[in-house]
Amino acid sequence: MAIDARQDGIRPSRASLVNDPNVRAIFYQVVIVGAVIALGWYLVHNTLENMARQGIAGGWGFLGREAAFEISETLIPYSPADTYGRAFLVGVLNTLHVAILGIIFATILGTFIGIARLSTNWLVKKLALVYVEIFRNIPLPLQLLFWWSWLREATPGPREAWHLMPGVWLSNRGLVYPVPVHDPVYLWMGAALLVGIAATIGVKRWAKRRQAETGQPFPTIWTGIGLIVGLPLVVFLLAGAPLTWSKPELKGFNFAGGASVTPEFTALLVGLVVYTAAFIGEIVRGGVQAVPWGQTEAAGALGLSRTQALRLVILPQALRIIVPPMTSQYLNITKNSSLAIVIGFPDLVSIANTTINQTGQAVEGIALIMAIYLTISLSISLFMNWYNRWVALVER
Amino acid sequence: MRPRTVFAAAAVTAAFLAGPAFAGPTLDKVKGQGMIVCGVSTGLAGFSLADSQGKFTGLDVDYCRALAAAVLGDANKVKFAPLSAQQRFTALQSGEVDLLSRNTTWTLQRDTQLGLNFAPTMYYDGQGFMVPKKLGVKSAKELNGATVCVQPGTTTELNLADFFRANKMQFKPVVIEKLDEVESAFFSGRCDAYTTDASGLAATRVSKAPNPDDYVILPEIISKEPLAPAVRHGDDEWFDIVKWTVYALIEAEEKGVTSKNVDEMLKSDDPNVKRLLGVTPGMGKSLGLDEKWAYNAIKQVGNYGEIFDRNVGKNSPLKLERGLNDLWTRGGLQYAMPIR
Repeated sequence: MAIDARQDGIRPSRASLVNDPNVRAIFYQVVIVGAVIALGWYLVHNTLENMARQGIAGGWGFLGREAAFEISETLIPYSPADTYGRAFLVGVLNTLHVAILGIIFATILGTFIGIARLSTNWLVKKLALVYVEIFRNIPLPLQLLFWWSWLREATPGPREAWHLMPGVWLSNRGLVYPVPVHDPVYLWMGAALLVGIAATIGVKRWAKRRQAETGQPFPTIWTGIGLIVGLPLVVFLLAGAPLTWSKPELKGFNFAGGASVTPEFTALLVGLVVYTAAFIGEIVRGGVQAVPWGQTEAAGALGLSRTQALRLVILPQALRIIVPPMTSQYLNITKNSSLAIVIGFPDLVSIANTTINQTGQAVEGIALIMAIYLTISLSISLFMNWYNRWVALVER
Repeated sequence: MRPRTVFAAAAVTAAFLAGPAFAGPTLDKVKGQGMIVCGVSTGLAGFSLADSQGKFTGLDVDYCRALAAAVLGDANKVKFAPLSAQQRFTALQSGEVDLLSRNTTWTLQRDTQLGLNFAPTMYYDGQGFMVPKKLGVKSAKELNGATVCVQPGTTTELNLADFFRANKMQFKPVVIEKLDEVESAFFSGRCDAYTTDASGLAATRVSKAPNPDDYVILPEIISKEPLAPAVRHGDDEWFDIVKWTVYALIEAEEKGVTSKNVDEMLKSDDPNVKRLLGVTPGMGKSLGLDEKWAYNAIKQVGNYGEIFDRNVGKNSPLKLERGLNDLWTRGGLQYAMPIR
């Protein structure tokens, strides 16, 4: 309207400046931004003042000091002689470890549950329903405590450990299993794996183009498996199959050698997966049901097989609906992993809390926790948004 | 942007601006609210434990009662705030509690970096290990490779790492915040050893173990743990009161003043007793308290020896020796500065 008035050659008067929607919009935005900045400044200022009054020293210097506490599970070498900064890094990696595995397993289990909910078999359908209703309605901390107590109570001590398979033992110290001792050849195998993956992507593109041109399908999946598994295997065999196992052995109090999964980690992972899978199951069911039945019939009419119909027609449309709420669940898994503190798994929050308590740097510690979770969550969001755009239906 | 949104934002801003948290001199605050808010442990037999009626008992708890009697004239004017090891310092720093009497070890870092002031030690403790008897371990030096249950955010956690480092041994910690959970993890066999202050081990063994005789406390004491009440930096008047109330309880034991004979002792000829009980005035006034401050505390709660025996000593299930906590006159470390 204001633009129209100017075009008509009428200069806006002072009174109409108040009524000008553009001016008002800018004014309100300036006021809001100003208020937010003032609030932020006030909170920071008040905190610093209170800390100074109570004689609490601030700053980030503590990250470089010796942590002096031990951490039970670490993905990188760590000892009490390392710094608080490194302890934080151990915590971040532990959080990521459980979150990534949790996301993968919850997606797999959740998809099965979702499909089972749609099954025509009455028993399967009802079992999936019971699963969903039980596990999404019990608070997660209780579930974690349940799994943890169960793992502790149901298993014997390390000296009476169950010998499940040669070299594999289960006790209340966790599951111990043999692992191959590191050999330089494994690095080459890793490189071969990457080459295999890249080659598979290339083959897939070529096969797609050929099918578009000639209509000839190509067994991409089997070729891909062959490349991804076969190439590292060939490297392994060519290098003379270097393989020595580090086997767990009972030494003193506990098993030494091999690798182990602790009851705390298992309880946390199982708890997160089982809880989140119930939600994911519902999302998958909702997504599939949202695709009209006519689409399946149309795919059948075009001569597509049931799997082809699912892969080429139903799933692309269902994924559009599934991916956005799935992102929320992935974020939930990551954030819920902080409940590790209930059962003593050394995740980021647990280590940060200990650090805060030993150093008294509560404000800095909490700020660091928030910044790290924000970074992880935003990364997941970004990735999922990218994936969402990728699977989104392109209107032609 | 609509005006209504602006109003909402302004209202939120106003809510945040309202009253910056400022804790005034603690004595005035305590008198104003008519009670002392005392941070205690969430449950440690002998030090601070709530019974089924929610009534707290223990050494730490009794000190708070004595302080309430000294400051407010009534030992019941205390509100107990159970705090976890990790919550305690923040609760004190933020003014949520007026003092910590929560089996807290006096260390340099806490005294300085955390902005605390420690009153005289109420209990001289040291860290030990408890193991199941069936492991056949006789010394803490044999614990190489053991899994050890411990609470986070404690000096215990640091001493544990120090001890194993100093002896070039390995261990795996199982770190759980809640005392109940860490104890149940140990008794279920998740850990080979449980470590905390020796008094705490004795309390746990007696009150929580399925069968106390199946567990032994190893002879080594690996650290010094002087457990002392703590207050915030910056309020010297309150710090003095908290400090001298501890001394008054110890002095009372030394002079043989008990909750039973305190009224007779008012007639005592000993000038030290006269000053302590306010018969000769001056001490209470110097602290900004009633002259009957120490009399009230002793009358209502008892002297240090009575508090010790009732909660952790010979009249309690823990049956701990006085040891370091005996009076200096009997070879212990409890020594009150002159009350004059």
